[in-house]
Amino acid sequence: MKPTDIGNPAYFHKVVDCQWACPAHTPVPEYIRLIAQGRYSDAYMINWESNVFPGVLGRTCDRPCEPACRRGRVEEENAEKPEPVAICRLKRVAADYKDDVSARMPKVPSKKNGKRIACVGAGPASLTVARDLAPLGYDITVFDGEKKAGGFIRSQIPKFRLPESVIDEECGYILDLGVNFVAGQHIDSLKDLLTQGFDAIFVGSGAPRGRDLDIPGRKEAAKNIHIGIDWLSSVSFGHIDKIGKRVIVLGGGNTAMDCCRSSRRLGGDDVKVVVRSGFDEMKASPWEKEDAMHEGIPILNFHVPKAFLHTDGKLSGMTFEVVKAEYDSKGRRSLVPSGQPDVTLECDDVLVAVGQENSFPWIERDVGLEFDKWGLPVVDQVTMQSTVKNVFFGGDAAFGPKNIIWAVAHGHEAAVSIDKFCQSEDVAVRPPPMVRMLSQKMGIHEWSYDNGVANDSRYKVPLKDINLALKNIKVEVELGFDPQLAWKEAQRCLNCDAQTVFADAKCIECDACVDICPMDCITFTLNGEEDELRKRLSAPATNKSQDLYVSGTLKTSRVMVKDEDMCLHCGLCAERCPTGAWDMQKYFMQTAKAGPACRPKNPTPARRAA
Amino acid sequence: MTYLTKPTLHHPTLVKNKAGYTRRDYEGKVSTLCAGCGHDSISAAFIQACWELDIQPHRVAKLSGIGCSSKTPDYFLGNSHGFNTVHGRMPSVLTGANLANRELIYLGVSGDGDSASIGIGQFAHVMRRGVNMTYIVENNGVYGLTKGQFSATADQGSKSKKGVANTDSPVDMVALALQLGATYVGRSFSGDKRQLVPLIKGALAHQGAAFLDVVSPCVAFNNHAGSTKSYDYVREHNEAVSRIDFITTRSEITVDYPEGEVVEVAQHDGSTLRLRKLHPEYDPTNRISAMNYIQEHHAKGEVVTGLLYVDPQPEDLHTHLNTAEMPFNRMGKKELCPGSAMLERINASLR
Ligand SMILES: Cc1cc2nc3c(=O)[nH]c(=O)nc-3n(C[C@H](O)[C@H](O)[C@H](O)COP(=O)(O)OP(=O)(O)OC[C@H]3O[C@@H](n4cnc5c(N)ncnc54)[C@H](O)[C@@H]3O)c2cc1C
Ligand SMILES: Cc1ncc(C[n+]2csc(CCOP(=O)(O)OP(=O)(O)O)c2C)c(N)n1
Ligand code: SF4
Ligand code: SF4
Ligand code: SF4
Ligand SMILES: [Mg+2]
Repeated sequence: MKPTDIGNPAYFHKVVDCQWACPAHTPVPEYIRLIAQGRYSDAYMINWESNVFPGVLGRTCDRPCEPACRRGRVEEENAEKPEPVAICRLKRVAADYKDDVSARMPKVPSKKNGKRIACVGAGPASLTVARDLAPLGYDITVFDGEKKAGGFIRSQIPKFRLPESVIDEECGYILDLGVNFVAGQHIDSLKDLLTQGFDAIFVGSGAPRGRDLDIPGRKEAAKNIHIGIDWLSSVSFGHIDKIGKRVIVLGGGNTAMDCCRSSRRLGGDDVKVVVRSGFDEMKASPWEKEDAMHEGIPILNFHVPKAFLHTDGKLSGMTFEVVKAEYDSKGRRSLVPSGQPDVTLECDDVLVAVGQENSFPWIERDVGLEFDKWGLPVVDQVTMQSTVKNVFFGGDAAFGPKNIIWAVAHGHEAAVSIDKFCQSEDVAVRPPPMVRMLSQKMGIHEWSYDNGVANDSRYKVPLKDINLALKNIKVEVELGFDPQLAWKEAQRCLNCDAQTVFADAKCIECDACVDICPMDCITFTLNGEEDELRKRLSAPATNKSQDLYVSGTLKTSRVMVKDEDMCLHCGLCAERCPTGAWDMQKYFMQTAKAGPACRPKNPTPARRAA
Repeated sequence: MTYLTKPTLHHPTLVKNKAGYTRRDYEGKVSTLCAGCGHDSISAAFIQACWELDIQPHRVAKLSGIGCSSKTPDYFLGNSHGFNTVHGRMPSVLTGANLANRELIYLGVSGDGDSASIGIGQFAHVMRRGVNMTYIVENNGVYGLTKGQFSATADQGSKSKKGVANTDSPVDMVALALQLGATYVGRSFSGDKRQLVPLIKGALAHQGAAFLDVVSPCVAFNNHAGSTKSYDYVREHNEAVSRIDFITTRSEITVDYPEGEVVEVAQHDGSTLRLRKLHPEYDPTNRISAMNYIQEHHAKGEVVTGLLYVDPQPEDLHTHLNTAEMPFNRMGKKELCPGSAMLERINASLR
């Protein structure tokens, strides 16, 4: 293998599994350390910089970082139930215990740069664009059909998962940056908007249409059949405050989980979730399924809806066909009749949460904006630019329904593009991330990070008493970690950003690092092809998604090979190294945000002709 | 050393041996030696060897003297018996322990100062007597613990850290051991576990006096240019006479070495030492030619390593003295203290 190019920022970024997996590339271990030190405000600001809604996301994020977290891997064969660090809920700790951070928010220049940007929709994608561009002097106008900003964060996510005050606070930080928020104004024509003199338009209108289920009885029993997301927003805005005693929720995604849990709080005693697929293939996150079941909601799988039953124009129940999964030779699944008799379930109300769609009735098809065959706009995956050069997309509107953190990530990239576009730069030329490497060595055996490795298993977030929680839909279920629990959970983080950096020339091949490494990561051996090398290391390197770090040829004509997969970042290799050939260096990386650094040609905004 | 205890988390693929232990179970306390000390690598080699041999940790007794090297038994086999004697007196304590209980595996861990200076007398006699043990000298050419004075194994002309040349002739521990009757003699290098681990395994299985001289650089006081016990010097002058595989009766360990003539030495306990000769003329079962060979190469400035001599049919002290097989701790009062009548008879026989 060739020596590893550690100068490439992607190499060490990939080692920080959580940050690599986070769509907004939040510097996770950095904020976890700050939480352990009780520096909640600093931890909050690191998050705010990257993901814009730490308080919201600390309660609701889909947390792609957690399945990626190294802790889950290294606990294999070491703990009863290997589990990642509670990255998401630690984020909430930063938000809960921070001081007033309003003074730390960016200052908005009194003199604007003369460019006007319109954002359609006030969801997380648009708000991120506004947050990134307003401090640069852009004049931002955000339009939304609703009265308050937040998008689905406000209209869909039930208050028992996310209190309104958190939404108000975090949307407030952005609107306070001198953003013009035009509430209650639904944009009905892109053509019209294009004529209003905006330099660029960002479309963050989400995926607002819930799919319906067209089966017999749908029309007749319509009064008690509700589209999940419409029903949830009515609940959020207080238009609906009760539901029948027996409720069936159709669908296996997160919307279904919010529907069933909301129903339990609005009078539903007998609430069931019914899904077509198997339990394990459900789209909902495992923890959301757990939360629902914890509240006494059974999930029936392999039931395909056949008909709504009704008597005298009133819904009385539903029938389902029972299916089973069959896999073909290629492993593709199909649901086939199981041969069991159909199942009838009685109910008073049905919530249909079987998916969401984009819809753009307000975009005229003759403005030059191309749509693909699924009705989605043609948008560049990297620049977020549409086929109309000054119209950009992001969030659910761009590539279909995703989640908040993706909306934020899109927002950042769109902001970079809009900034470059407005300053006449090529949007396709993307700025490199901001990277710092800093040795953590303080003394012979002292590091400026806590390199001890805790053996604790994941701590559970304390919950509100279930009886109290089910009484009021506005009572938050999770109480959050207190500072003590947060500290303990933070100790589980392995500081994957404290990178093991190897200097070939200093190594005397004494084997000290090999001997001390608790995870058998390091091998000195003759070089070879990757596949073959992976088999003959101190411990087999079977996880190919994790890289091998290979040195140049050493004095004995061998190379040092380190399998990054299981490294604990404990620094023992560096402590045992007599020559300092190993060093622990903190890798701090933030993606480039809109601003002078991302436009090399025009670091200062173009001056307008007088 | 490190300030941190080694985390107990281990690689998920770590395997258990037949005794039910992982390699990590053979570790000891966290080492307090200097980072990069060759002695720590030797400890790691012991851990590997004992794990590979499925040894029950509580069946091992580690005895040592004084020195950095003699401290190492604290850093491996944390669940075995251990005894730190006074400086240079490990051999007599080991002999005594072995006489009292021949069923344990005895490990004598010493340094070049401990064995070639203050303890050279005891060293000579433990070898002469053929005590069944693995005796290792972790040889760095200096008194590491007392800050790097030349030891008796330092080569003539070897330079100290401050540049002063050693004028005395060195004691060659391997030559001494051969001359004094050790029945398994090897030399190795702490930086070459491929060679060291099988050598240790062979020594542990050997039912007689096994001696290993392991060059083990002192990074603090003897790893500079001009030293003949540095990592660089040893790597440049290392002449391995053979590559050794240790094959237990139960499992075969295959290591790929370049082809060479293969000699198999069947051991008393049924295990086999397979030597792949790198020096075709070398005969490791002939004590006298081994002694000559080592001296010749030493004169050429080469450090000859590998299994240098083995007697496949060794005898040990217990055989020589015709002692009782049962360890003292399992004998009853009657056997241990046969009474005054017996004492009278013994005394009478000596008059
Ligand atoms: C029930 C439910 C629960 C969810 N829970 C989570 C969760 O826990 N965690 C998570 O990460 N994600 C969750 N999501 C997904 C998440 O809410 C969305 O992915 C995210 O909000 C998308 O952000 P966005 O900025 O693209 O658009 P949205 O948040 O959808 O905001 C779009 C806004 O645009 C406005 N708008 C639309 N068209 C126009 C127009 N023409 N003119 C003016 N305004 C317009 C809308 O009123 C809306 O306010 C959930 C979704 C649902 C349905
Ligand atoms: C009776 C006695 N004399 C002298 C000493 C001082 N002393 C301690 S260690 C040592 C030499 C150790 O050298 P070596 O055995 O080579 O061990 P190393 O530290 O090099 O591994 C000496 C002379 C002592 N502890 N006890
Ligand atoms: S252990 Fe910490 S730094 Fe490593 S992946 Fe998990 S959260 Fe991130
Ligand atoms: S930091 Fe070094 S010693 Fe610790 S697990 Fe990683 S490679 Fe091994
Ligand atoms: S002084 Fe030398 S022998 Fe002693 S621990 Fe340090 S390096 Fe090892
Ligand atoms: Mg010494």
